[in-house]
Amino acid sequence: MTFAGHNFERGRSLLEMMERIRAFEEQACLAAERDQLVLGAIHPSIGQEAVAAGIMYNLTTEDILLSTHRGHGHTLAKGASSLAMMRELLGREGGCCGGKGGSMHIADFDVGMLGANGVVGANITIAAGAAHAIKLLGDDRIVVDIFGDGAINRGPFLEGMNWAVVFKLPILFVCEDNQYSATTKTSSMTAGDGAAARATSLGMRSTTVDGNDVELIADTAADIASRLRAGGPPEFLHAKTYRRTGHTSFDPATYRPANEAAEEEKRSDPIKRQRAVLEAAGMSEADIQSLHENAQKEMIDVLKEAAETPFPTNETAFKDVQDIGSPAVEAY
Amino acid sequence: MPKLTYRDASLAAIQHSMRDDSTVWCVGEDLGRGGVFGQYKGLREEFGDARISDAPISEAAIMGAAFGAAMIGTRPIVEMRFSDFALCATDELVNQIAKARFMFGGQSRAPMVIRKPMGLWRSSAAQHSQSLESWYAHIPGLVVVCPGTPQDNYSMLMAAIACDDPVVYLEHKGIWDIEGEVDFSKKYEFGKAEIRREGTDVTIVSWSNTANLAVEAANALSGQGVSAEVIDLRSLWPWDKEAVLKSVAKTGHLVVAHESVAVGGFGAEIVATVAEKAGHTLKGPVRRLGAPRSLVSYAPNLEDMLRVTSEMMVTAAQETLKKAS
Repeated sequence: MTFAGHNFERGRSLLEMMERIRAFEEQACLAAERDQLVLGAIHPSIGQEAVAAGIMYNLTTEDILLSTHRGHGHTLAKGASSLAMMRELLGREGGCCGGKGGSMHIADFDVGMLGANGVVGANITIAAGAAHAIKLLGDDRIVVDIFGDGAINRGPFLEGMNWAVVFKLPILFVCEDNQYSATTKTSSMTAGDGAAARATSLGMRSTTVDGNDVELIADTAADIASRLRAGGPPEFLHAKTYRRTGHTSFDPATYRPANEAAEEEKRSDPIKRQRAVLEAAGMSEADIQSLHENAQKEMIDVLKEAAETPFPTNETAFKDVQDIGSPAVEAY
Repeated sequence: MPKLTYRDASLAAIQHSMRDDSTVWCVGEDLGRGGVFGQYKGLREEFGDARISDAPISEAAIMGAAFGAAMIGTRPIVEMRFSDFALCATDELVNQIAKARFMFGGQSRAPMVIRKPMGLWRSSAAQHSQSLESWYAHIPGLVVVCPGTPQDNYSMLMAAIACDDPVVYLEHKGIWDIEGEVDFSKKYEFGKAEIRREGTDVTIVSWSNTANLAVEAANALSGQGVSAEVIDLRSLWPWDKEAVLKSVAKTGHLVVAHESVAVGGFGAEIVATVAEKAGHTLKGPVRRLGAPRSLVSYAPNLEDMLRVTSEMMVTAAQETLKKAS
């Protein structure tokens, strides 16, 4: 590897974000298992952080992001507050969604994050629509929609991507391929040549990248973003990575070979790889370590503060359903 | 006051809304040529193909994309062609659109109108004839309306387009051609029923085209010396409990009639509410008319077996009055 022309500041920033995502999710898992503070299911993206960090580096808070049930990393990298996110996971007041959405519906409209989604693939058409509105309004923002490899077998994948091509919308579809559809190997359930081939068949420009190489993802996303901002047609990015945890934090993933996750960690952990890149580019071991420690400290503090935050008031259960015929007025 | 068809009244509402608000746009299959029932005719010529947008036959994408666009500051009018086809976009409507504002803690709104022409339309058979309004009334987050007259199809569509909640807008496709005077200045208030005919002996509650049949029934009953009050609910969520309870307090007799299947229908909700809040004021048994729990046939005689008619309402009114005396 050579690092001539390596953008050191960007590289550092990418590692920092991946460390923060990892630390956030490690604390979230502890909050779930050790502390019993996260009561619902959470879907960690441990081992997949490069996709979130590499892509979001190229977006502003004006740009739009839609994500999946495994969306903590994307949301954090888009600029959401770690404290508001942790409060949301704990169902507390001051969470991104006031404690009403939880991990699977995390959203922060102030930073252009229009929601994770509890239904696989559902955001593909919605994201296309966000891009459609941007085009109608004549804005110059772009949209990124991230979904998993399981989503490519759902109908909205075809409907939403066809839509984006037909209407020439400023959107990047990202298949964050962690190789598992919940608890089943995606390859055993997918016909043909997979995600990128399907995108290509719709006439979409499609790029496949190593999903654990954050520098490569950032480079690729930068190119795609500049083409979209210049009015280019929708594009597709297939980033192949690996899900190190089970489907949820409490899934022991006994359905896969015992050493598979450990082997993958050794071979391709995106954080280890980026540390090596920065070390080779001249960053000191102490500086690299301090990024790790700062992230750990931030998320330990965040969990502590979130745990001390009260639950939402009971009346909130009837708030924000609708204006007309609101249940806050009468149950029926 | 112009005399307009039910179809043209909706067309005028869209035209007026789109002239007033550049963020209003329509999306659906075959809109460019005027829509499958002509309810978008001429709009493309005035507003162009970006705002009168054709769509692929992708109901999930039409619904989902319109929702995404609604969250970004536009006001889409979604055309589902037949309410039956909207079932292809059930996740988008029920899991996404209806829930987003709540799930995201009030961060988002989905100001959109979802037009779903429903109801019996001669020999359209089981997949083009359904009335599923009670399903939508069951879903928190949705406003559900069923206009039955040209005036309402103007005023209610204007209100739906201006509304910040998602509105499931169920027109009856059997009455596109009925005519009536339309006062463009008349405003519709959600949840406000229309007393289509005042009466003192029996209350008939209905909506959509069945409310028109209820007016016919009331006319027939009047010839028999029975004074029937006809309440056209117009919207099912919210629905005008006060109007119904007030009328029942006056008449003491209630007939509820709808075209959709009686079992689990919205009529049951009305009857339950009257029983709970005003059961003691009833002077006779409540009658509930809806389709038998069977499927709509192609053959006209079989199709008619499922039809709720004005004659049935007359009989039901007579029965509840007779049993009381």
